[in-house]
Amino acid sequence: MSEGILSVQNMSVSYGSIHAVKNISFEVQEGEIVTLIGANGAGKSTTLNAIARLLPASGEIRFAGDSLMHVPGHAVLKKGLAMVPEGRRIFLRMSVEENLEMGAYITPRSSMQEQMEDVFRRFPRLEERRSQIAGTLSGGEQQMLAMGRALMSKPKLLMMDEPSMGLAPILVEQIFGIIRELNAAGTTILLVEQNAQAALSVADRGYVMETGRIVMSGKAEELLASPAVKKAYLGG
Amino acid sequence: MIEFIKTLISGLGLGSIYALIALGYTMVYGIAKMLNFAHGDVIMVGAYAGIVAFTSAGLPPVFTVFLSVAACTLLGVLIERFAYKPLRGASSLSVLITAIGMSYLLQNLALMIFGSQQQAYPQYVKLPSVTLGGITIDGITLLTLGVTALIMIGMSLFINRTRLGKAMRAVAEDRGAAELMGISVDKTIALTFAIGSALAAVASICYGLTYVYIKPTTGAMPGIKAFTAAVFGGIGSIPGAMLGGIALGVIEQMAKTYISPLWADAIVFAVLVLVLVIRPTGLMGKEVQEKV
Ligand SMILES: Nc1ncnc2c1ncn2[C@@H]1O[C@H](COP(=O)(O)OP(=O)(O)O)[C@@H](O)[C@H]1O
Ligand SMILES: [Mg+2]
Repeated sequence: MSEGILSVQNMSVSYGSIHAVKNISFEVQEGEIVTLIGANGAGKSTTLNAIARLLPASGEIRFAGDSLMHVPGHAVLKKGLAMVPEGRRIFLRMSVEENLEMGAYITPRSSMQEQMEDVFRRFPRLEERRSQIAGTLSGGEQQMLAMGRALMSKPKLLMMDEPSMGLAPILVEQIFGIIRELNAAGTTILLVEQNAQAALSVADRGYVMETGRIVMSGKAEELLASPAVKKAYLGG
Repeated sequence: MIEFIKTLISGLGLGSIYALIALGYTMVYGIAKMLNFAHGDVIMVGAYAGIVAFTSAGLPPVFTVFLSVAACTLLGVLIERFAYKPLRGASSLSVLITAIGMSYLLQNLALMIFGSQQQAYPQYVKLPSVTLGGITIDGITLLTLGVTALIMIGMSLFINRTRLGKAMRAVAEDRGAAELMGISVDKTIALTFAIGSALAAVASICYGLTYVYIKPTTGAMPGIKAFTAAVFGGIGSIPGAMLGGIALGVIEQMAKTYISPLWADAIVFAVLVLVLVIRPTGLMGKEVQEKV
């Protein structure tokens, strides 16, 4: 396999003396949906946060051919790498529109309006509520806002950390539908999920994490069929 | 009645100065998540800069104002860069102690350079007083009120309408998420210190023109009062700092006139305690609940 759009090699991340991610390596090829699944506390969020340069890491992280190891956190987006963080972390005291503007902070003013229209086309609910304060949105709307905000800069790779968390099944379905659409429109996706069933059914490939290590990897359908994955993550 | 209105107006003047200082406290608290106890002393430095520029160097008023603002802005940015930035991620207690140390450092540097005697701030702005219905209002008080009102409007527009102002609110709310948006937290914090210190310079000019005498500890009392005003209004809230500053100035002058000058400070702080007991988040402080 050639070097992917994202390539993580021998990456380790610690919180003080806690080694949360231990020497992991994986690749994401352009155009793919790759999922990182594993139980709570396996190190999935830590992995994404380290790639987004919000946490210091050792090893090597390469994106679109360049090393990210010396790139400060606020410069990652400019390279085309966006993230929808765990818990959404939208700006609760700002309006929907202001949240989207923040997503376009690094893009020129002229293209912002166009991007916003694009996001509104994808999430009509957000347009209806454009001047509402984000903290008063429902959980599903907040997740859509978090995704819309991340799309404002037209990223090449979108990392999503448990977008289905806390959502009703019908909304989960909708969110996964949108992930498929985004991918069909050319965005590469790295998806972290505890909902392994849903994640593997949308993904091309998957990696399974356990206590800071990648313990299994393969095509999504192979993982779905694997007895070990079935037993541990798909309820038997 | 006339006495009441006069007291109210001088209270508004004093409150404006508190509000200008409180803005710096509250912005730094909201964005850098720290209490910058050296902020009051930036006013003292601004006042001495005015004395040096006008009295010693003989510069015209416009340059004196410009120099005061430039000196304070630079000082604020340097303090942040060399004293507070290395402590980012350290415990808030370490940062607080550093800020108190910075306050003493500035006061003692001023003591070394300018001595302990008070010096007169040059009265380079002369404005006629205005008499309206038997009430005479000092020209400088009117200037203070006008300048403060303009700054309040400007700051509200900046914070609510501009991209940079919104980025500051984003950093205040969630640093990590702001970084994900491509906003540099370091630059935003530096900008916050620059703006807060520039406002402190404006406060120093209003203070010097109103109260005239300056000494190395001049910034301490207005600093602590403005901090109180910021807490009173709801620390972290910009309208809160404006409202808290004005309210505090008016309460202080009313207490001086109608109760006793000796008790004025005690009354101000008693009101603060009362407000915090009733509304722990201050007048304008608000909590947004997170939804799942
Ligand atoms: N801020 C933190 N400080 C200390 N330990 C942390 C912190 N965040 C996560 N951890 C620990 O790191 C490990 C991995 O956590 P995380 O990456 O959040 O897992 P996941 O996203 O897979 O649920 C866990 O053991 C967790 O307790
Ligand atoms: Mg997680």
